[in-house]
Amino acid sequence: MSRSDFTVRVGGDSATGGIITTGEIFARIAAYAGLDVYTTRTIPSEIKGGHVMFQARLASTAVWSQGDDLDMLVAFDQESIDRYFKLIRFGGVLVFNSNDGQPPAVTDGVTTYALPLNEIAKSINFQRGRNLIAIGALVKLFGLPFETATTVIEKQLGRKKELLEQNIGALKTGFDYVEKNITPTAPYSLKPRADAPEHDRLVLNGNQALALGAFAAGCRFFAGYPITPATDIMEFLAGEFPRIGGTLIQAEDEIAALGMAMGASYTGARAMTATSGPGLSLMTELIGHATMSELPVVIVDVQRAGPSTGMPTKVTQGDLRISVFGAHDDAPRIVLAPVSVEDCFYQMINAFNLAEKYQTPVIFLSDQDMSVRVQTIAPFDLTRVQHAPRWLWESNGVNQSYARYAITPSGISPMALPGMKGGQYVAEGLEHLPSGAPDYTPEVHFENMEKRARKIRSAASEADRMRLLERFGDRGAPLVILGWGSTIGPVREAVARAQKEGMKVEVLYTKLIFPLPRDQIAEFIAERKAILVPELNHTGQYARMIQAEFWREVVSLRKFGGIPFTTQEIYDRIKQIYAAKCKPKGRGARALPTRRAKKRIIRKS
Amino acid sequence: MPSNLIQSMQPQTRTFELVNLSANDYKSGVRPVWCPGCGDYGVLASFSKALADLRIPPEQIVIVSGIGCSSRFPIFVNSYGLHGTHGRALPLATGVKMAQPELVVVAVGGDGDAFSIGMGHFPHIARRNPDITYLVMDNEIYGLTKGQPSPTSPVGMEKKASPYGTLETPLDPILLALASNASFVARGFSSKPKELTELIKAAMQHKGFSFVQIISPCVSFNDMTQEFKGATLPIPATHDPRDRLAAMKLAEHPGGMYLGIFYQQPRPTYEEKMQSLQDKNARADYDLPEMMSRFMR
Repeated sequence: MSRSDFTVRVGGDSATGGIITTGEIFARIAAYAGLDVYTTRTIPSEIKGGHVMFQARLASTAVWSQGDDLDMLVAFDQESIDRYFKLIRFGGVLVFNSNDGQPPAVTDGVTTYALPLNEIAKSINFQRGRNLIAIGALVKLFGLPFETATTVIEKQLGRKKELLEQNIGALKTGFDYVEKNITPTAPYSLKPRADAPEHDRLVLNGNQALALGAFAAGCRFFAGYPITPATDIMEFLAGEFPRIGGTLIQAEDEIAALGMAMGASYTGARAMTATSGPGLSLMTELIGHATMSELPVVIVDVQRAGPSTGMPTKVTQGDLRISVFGAHDDAPRIVLAPVSVEDCFYQMINAFNLAEKYQTPVIFLSDQDMSVRVQTIAPFDLTRVQHAPRWLWESNGVNQSYARYAITPSGISPMALPGMKGGQYVAEGLEHLPSGAPDYTPEVHFENMEKRARKIRSAASEADRMRLLERFGDRGAPLVILGWGSTIGPVREAVARAQKEGMKVEVLYTKLIFPLPRDQIAEFIAERKAILVPELNHTGQYARMIQAEFWREVVSLRKFGGIPFTTQEIYDRIKQIYAAKCKPKGRGARALPTRRAKKRIIRKS
Repeated sequence: MPSNLIQSMQPQTRTFELVNLSANDYKSGVRPVWCPGCGDYGVLASFSKALADLRIPPEQIVIVSGIGCSSRFPIFVNSYGLHGTHGRALPLATGVKMAQPELVVVAVGGDGDAFSIGMGHFPHIARRNPDITYLVMDNEIYGLTKGQPSPTSPVGMEKKASPYGTLETPLDPILLALASNASFVARGFSSKPKELTELIKAAMQHKGFSFVQIISPCVSFNDMTQEFKGATLPIPATHDPRDRLAAMKLAEHPGGMYLGIFYQQPRPTYEEKMQSLQDKNARADYDLPEMMSRFMR
């Protein structure tokens, strides 16, 4: 059976090792063989022990979400069968470790293949090789070229030659076992993308895309503190920065990390830090300082479920409010949110350009799901890489007095850098005169509050030029979806499905979260019957911001279990709202009672 | 100040030309907000004199501070300044220095800023050893908030926030710096301006992290000027500043407070190590397309 779209899940206990590796390597082999991949995973926060799951969607067309139903489950243990068997679609396949699990008595349209992984591993005297044996078996089951598999394994695990040989041996053993012992009743084969030449796709995750974006944006100073799921940004740049003269410091805590980045920025460097929720909480005071002292700096927050330590390896979109409002008193800053792995690259460039141009902290909201998701994407368009400069002060040579915080129409004031003669000033956290000298008079504070707010407000004008909006679907549709961040994937697929069934839906994602691109949103939501706002947090943080800004009723669709939306969940809600509010006038037009009708019902009862 | 103290100093390699300015030229013109008689005036005077003596151009100096009376310091100096948040002078200063190593970076603050809220950063800057001078004006009290006990206050101090006397043992900044392996550790006194100027110069000429605890009494909430005058004495000329254990013994001296350089042992700076790391791994032809190509399938 040839399919264009295939979802495979690998489950097992992390204590035995290699579950995620199995999934990741298999996904990469598929990617190298010309398929598009989109992966997701759940892992415990502990290093060893606990159930883990890796899911990869493999397709010969572009895919935008992790896939809802399973075409194949690869179960390393009984627990994986117990948990996920019910998710396998009719006609799907279960590959299970017959040394540690049995399929249910009634398999109900699911084909099962037994793979005695422990025994096979024992036979080659390589207990830890179970994952590679499983990969070899999958490669054979999917009819993928064995050479592609060895290429990927060399690239991923090829550091030690001896181990590499052992790994490839295990791969071959798994491959051969299937060849000899399993006759697939329904062989799977996935055709590579017809439009895909061999070497034109990138295979990477959100954190890697983001780190490449930082490099492209001219960032040469990074200070950070280890925190899941942001750490590998620091680890990646730690390897890259020395090659290009960049400076990377692992700081003693997140406060120090942001402090160092701000200190570097004060001298003119493009500087950043990357963290997750708990770190962002610690940085809050310095973010306010960067607003006050007008220092450009980029702060990446890879959102993980909270509050407090929360669930370090689970996704949330719950840091919107702290990013936009987290400060004492009003401390405006710019908040950006990429929508996909690919977008992480481009939005990182925007983040630096906005920080530099508007002399402000920029908070960049990625999330756990996007950060670890391996995806195949088109190579980055490097012609889009441009650097917006900081407005620097220029001495006119004569004895002029420099006003660092001069009140200007745009709110932006030219900045002097240490080393510039005559530009000496103090970057102040206290309220200050244009010179930078502290001052507490009401007029000065009023002027500066206005200046700082005006500056950030004007950044909304960049929305179109910097492509900070993504809009698609049916123009003038009665139902619109307004959203942000990585929920765009399942939304895209759910909308396509709704459209196939005749529903008209239009979608707008704002990558600029603050300041909101007010005009574009106002135009987008005008004259619509319903506005659906999906997001992964408990209170509908974006929805409430939209309601407060536009005084419009929205349907807030919230999910907060620590896992992303499925396409089905979005689709169901579209269908429900559509039936209730968006059907053309006539029969069934009023599925929901109007306010007047409600009153009538109440009176009757 | 004993003659042995600044002999081992090496001339700094600077990329800028030295200037001839008076101590007064290093004042910004903004009038200090300190109480009349505050020790910090003396520190400001000694510091300006040190800058004039070292002939550093004002635009090459960055003074970084946290919060507190003494953290207002950069506002009164004709130089670049970064008046940060409470306790964060050291990370901000590290960022400045690491991004622009040729700048002369001085961090300043008080005992609350350094040893209470900002304490977590102190051992780490000592570990890293960037060429930054840290002047801590120690008055054993929180002055800006009007007189609460600080980490260096003596046990039993009775203040509004400790009406029955403090319970905590004070910490010793010199021992702390020595234990953290700061490469330069010294103590000065605002009432001994000449010695303090020399000490600041020595600290600034030291290549690496130099820490100077400056006794700078608070005349409003903890006026110990006379007591300190009676208690201070110079470090004996026989002391070898390369001997860390001997320095610790001096710091423990129960009979009085030694002034001078306790310890000085240069070692490679953070920025030097970073530079050599970069030199070793630098690849002139490494660019974005190549970095990206590593992710190509």
